[in-house]
Amino acid sequence: MTEYQTIDHDVLVIGAGGAGLRAAIEAAKDGTRVGVVCKSLLGKAHTVMAEGGMAAALANVDDRDTWRVHFADTMRGGQYLNNWRMAELHAREAPARVRELEAWGALFDRTADGRILQRNFGGHRYPRLAHVGDRTGLEMIRTLQDHGIHQGLDVHMECTVVSLLKDGDRIAGALAYDRERGRFRVFRAKAVIIATGGVGRAYGITSNSWEYTGDGQALAYLAGAALTDMEFVQFHPTGMIWPPSVRGILVTEGVRGEGGVLRNGAGKRFMFENIPENYRSQTADNEEEGWRYTQGDKDARRPPELLTRDHVARMIVREVKEGRGSPHGGVYLDISWIKEKLPNAAEHIRKKLPSMYHQFMQLAGIDITKEAMEIGPTTHYIMGGIRVDADSQMSTVPGLFACGECAAGLHGANRLGGNSLSDLLVFGQRAGQFAAEFARANTAPSVDQGVIEQETRTALEPFSRGSTAEGAYQVQEALQSTMQNLVGIVRVESEMERALMELESLRQRAQRVGVPGNREYNPGWHTALDLRHLLVVSEAIARSALARKESRGGHFRDDYPDKDPAFGTFNHIVTRGRGDDMQLTRQPIPPMPDELAAIITEMQS
Amino acid sequence: MTGHSKDASTQAVDAYTAAQAAQDAAVGHRTRSFRLWRGADGSGSLHDYVTETNEGMVVLDAVHQIQAEQANDLAVRWNCKAGKCGSCSAEINGQPKLMCMTRLDELPDDEPVTVEPMRAFPHVRDLVTDVSWNYRVKPKIQRFTPRPPDAPDGTWRIDQRDVDRVQEFRKCIECFLCQDVCHVLRDHHKHDEFIGPRYLVYAAALEMHPLDVADRVTPLKEEFGIGYCNITKCCTKVCPEHITITDNAIIPLKERVVDRHFDPLQALVRLVRGPQKSP
Ligand SMILES: Cc1cc2nc3c(=O)[nH]c(=O)nc-3n(C[C@H](O)[C@H](O)[C@H](O)COP(=O)(O)OP(=O)(O)OC[C@H]3O[C@@H](n4cnc5c(N)ncnc54)[C@H](O)[C@@H]3O)c2cc1C
Ligand code: SF4
Ligand code: SF4
Ligand code: FES
Repeated sequence: MTEYQTIDHDVLVIGAGGAGLRAAIEAAKDGTRVGVVCKSLLGKAHTVMAEGGMAAALANVDDRDTWRVHFADTMRGGQYLNNWRMAELHAREAPARVRELEAWGALFDRTADGRILQRNFGGHRYPRLAHVGDRTGLEMIRTLQDHGIHQGLDVHMECTVVSLLKDGDRIAGALAYDRERGRFRVFRAKAVIIATGGVGRAYGITSNSWEYTGDGQALAYLAGAALTDMEFVQFHPTGMIWPPSVRGILVTEGVRGEGGVLRNGAGKRFMFENIPENYRSQTADNEEEGWRYTQGDKDARRPPELLTRDHVARMIVREVKEGRGSPHGGVYLDISWIKEKLPNAAEHIRKKLPSMYHQFMQLAGIDITKEAMEIGPTTHYIMGGIRVDADSQMSTVPGLFACGECAAGLHGANRLGGNSLSDLLVFGQRAGQFAAEFARANTAPSVDQGVIEQETRTALEPFSRGSTAEGAYQVQEALQSTMQNLVGIVRVESEMERALMELESLRQRAQRVGVPGNREYNPGWHTALDLRHLLVVSEAIARSALARKESRGGHFRDDYPDKDPAFGTFNHIVTRGRGDDMQLTRQPIPPMPDELAAIITEMQS
Repeated sequence: MTGHSKDASTQAVDAYTAAQAAQDAAVGHRTRSFRLWRGADGSGSLHDYVTETNEGMVVLDAVHQIQAEQANDLAVRWNCKAGKCGSCSAEINGQPKLMCMTRLDELPDDEPVTVEPMRAFPHVRDLVTDVSWNYRVKPKIQRFTPRPPDAPDGTWRIDQRDVDRVQEFRKCIECFLCQDVCHVLRDHHKHDEFIGPRYLVYAAALEMHPLDVADRVTPLKEEFGIGYCNITKCCTKVCPEHITITDNAIIPLKERVVDRHFDPLQALVRLVRGPQKSP
């Protein structure tokens, strides 16, 4: 018998990023007993890295902005595969969530008349991102953390969930281990909210931290919940590429929002060359107009650098391939040029983009107020994830909720920058509210001792195989290069089929992984346990991508380079079959209510 | 479509990957030695490792490489590898630093690079310490308490200048390097009586927040031990966010305390620095 401690909560929140914390605060409002578990220390979750801002139609900078424009922008960016109800709720509720954050102590940059300042970002028609320089995520997570510690939450830091527990069909809790001592803990709960973030660590080049191993998506899938839209992974166009050790680290889109431009190795602004049809009427056709847009001229249209991320990333790849790249295989992102336009440009850049300035100075020895940055695409975000009900955020498993990056629906085929931070708050709040209601309406579940016994035994197996067996880091690296090379920015059938075969052999290797040492703070063991989750999400991405025989948003097929209207009518659903094999089905998108459809038509002009 | 051969853009990606591999090879590889602290719960010793390094590598890269290739169970805490989360604090060649922001080429290359855990906190394993004390301190400080909204739309109007004033303090990434270096905690172990520089910065951020109306002056003196700080400025020197902890946060707070509770030592401080504008 493996020993474990049992802890009871009404609602258990897995994850302490923006989504998890917002959910926990909401759930605890009426005296519900809420537990929060997170893999790392409080305040260190991925949300801390967000830079550019959070999108909300506050209309502080441009009074033409409304929730309806935000809704239409989100749907257009997502190529209409979005869950339209989520896009509606998000656009309607984001402003209230941002103001609430301010009431909890967040301090955003201000307009001249003292209101929250908003900046331009790709795909947003008007300046819409509330921000604090380029460290908006830090402001957000610290505000939620500092508010949350006074709400009576029971926080379990450096504690990792390895599987979900069920009572019949409904959720019953989770099994976890604490990093420090490696001891198991069983959390019993009437409702569970997953808020574990993304999957970037399935790829070799990524802006994501070690935590992003797709745990939430995989845990939900293994517990019987449906995943959706898993083919849609966002490759951010601007990651650092030099020196090698920083490859993948994000360069915020805020650089382009403040007037930064993309140039190829020959110094040409190549983004003007290929503007997609559906954005042509909104995009500047000369450099002067683009500059005026970034400086707040309401009559100017946005520069093509601020087109959606999928498009910009592919344009960069094209320049590099056609021999017009920079020396280290990327292109140039230049903000220093604004000195031609602004008298105190250097100071302005340092003030608007302080952490970018710092990051390049310290890690690459480059002064961005004087020189251009070398950049290239990096794996950044997953639009797909756990399928949820739009209003309540409940998954297809009763009592199991999901919010934030690990949930899917809002972003469709491509996420607009800034729409994640607002997503965390809007749907974190909803998940918290509905999970607490679910907990109040249901009795305590019971957990199955046999399953716990089995799961803990499996988790400890790598120790019995010892250090001479297969290495966890080596399997992880092989998985990352499989996904990077075969299911990356540009996809093709034969390569994805090969990826699926390689994933199968990696699954077998993963079962032979052994680790040295003991259970106390042992990263080798943690890496071994993460493999199961990485394998599930990688397979789900590859299978969904293989079946989508068209190009749309973040998913680009070299063998089907065009968008196909027939593929615009459904989402892919991934579920666990009886025999443990992955099932892929199509779920038709329900028709939009007239009111929303009218907004789309109206905004198309 | 099986067997479809790749056309232009797939080859583009291959070219991209290949170009990058070629550059890696061109980067000057060098073998360097490291001495990493290994052990659990306070007992341990420095272990020697040798690994390949290349241009631009930071200490955390080298530690990860050693972990992946030679010591799978080497414990190290990190998250973002971009200086944003404050997880990877350690003592590098005796200096409190973030491992992910310390480049190897800024350290002397004729001696091994030594990496040890922060010494002001209880040791867990290898490079990891137990920083939970910090998380227990914060809730003791009176939380953010805004004045009622006073703009017509039910929010507030705030001047950018008032935001700028506290922004410096809000940059804190809670790396606890300042706590590690402060002698009041590190050498005198006053953890029960002194909240340390990180939380004086936190208190300053709240005290100077344009909307906050709570009063933390008396607790700063009586519970939080601000008097223990004798302005050595060691904390300011190590802060990776370049927060001027002593001059901008601690001294103005000390002045508020002096204004309310006369204390000869602090009055002296004030005399030396001259009167400061109150924010
Ligand atoms: C560099 C960067 C910049 C970005 N900038 C922006 C921006 O400007 N605007 C924007 O809108 N979006 C931005 N994004 C995206 C956005 O930051 C993320 O999508 C968002 O923060 C995700 O938040 P979350 O709450 O869903 O998850 P996270 O903040 O990642 O939190 C996940 C939590 O789950 C925990 N967890 C994970 N697995 C387990 C497990 N098995 N057991 C227990 N706990 C677990 C983790 O410890 C963590 O606490 C950016 C992303 C990156 C990488
Ligand atoms: S200035 Fe004060 S808080 Fe900072 S290290 Fe010195 S004694 Fe500690
Ligand atoms: S004040 Fe500076 S040194 Fe101290 S915890 Fe914050 S960032 Fe780290
Ligand atoms: S890993 Fe985040 S600060 Fe170093």
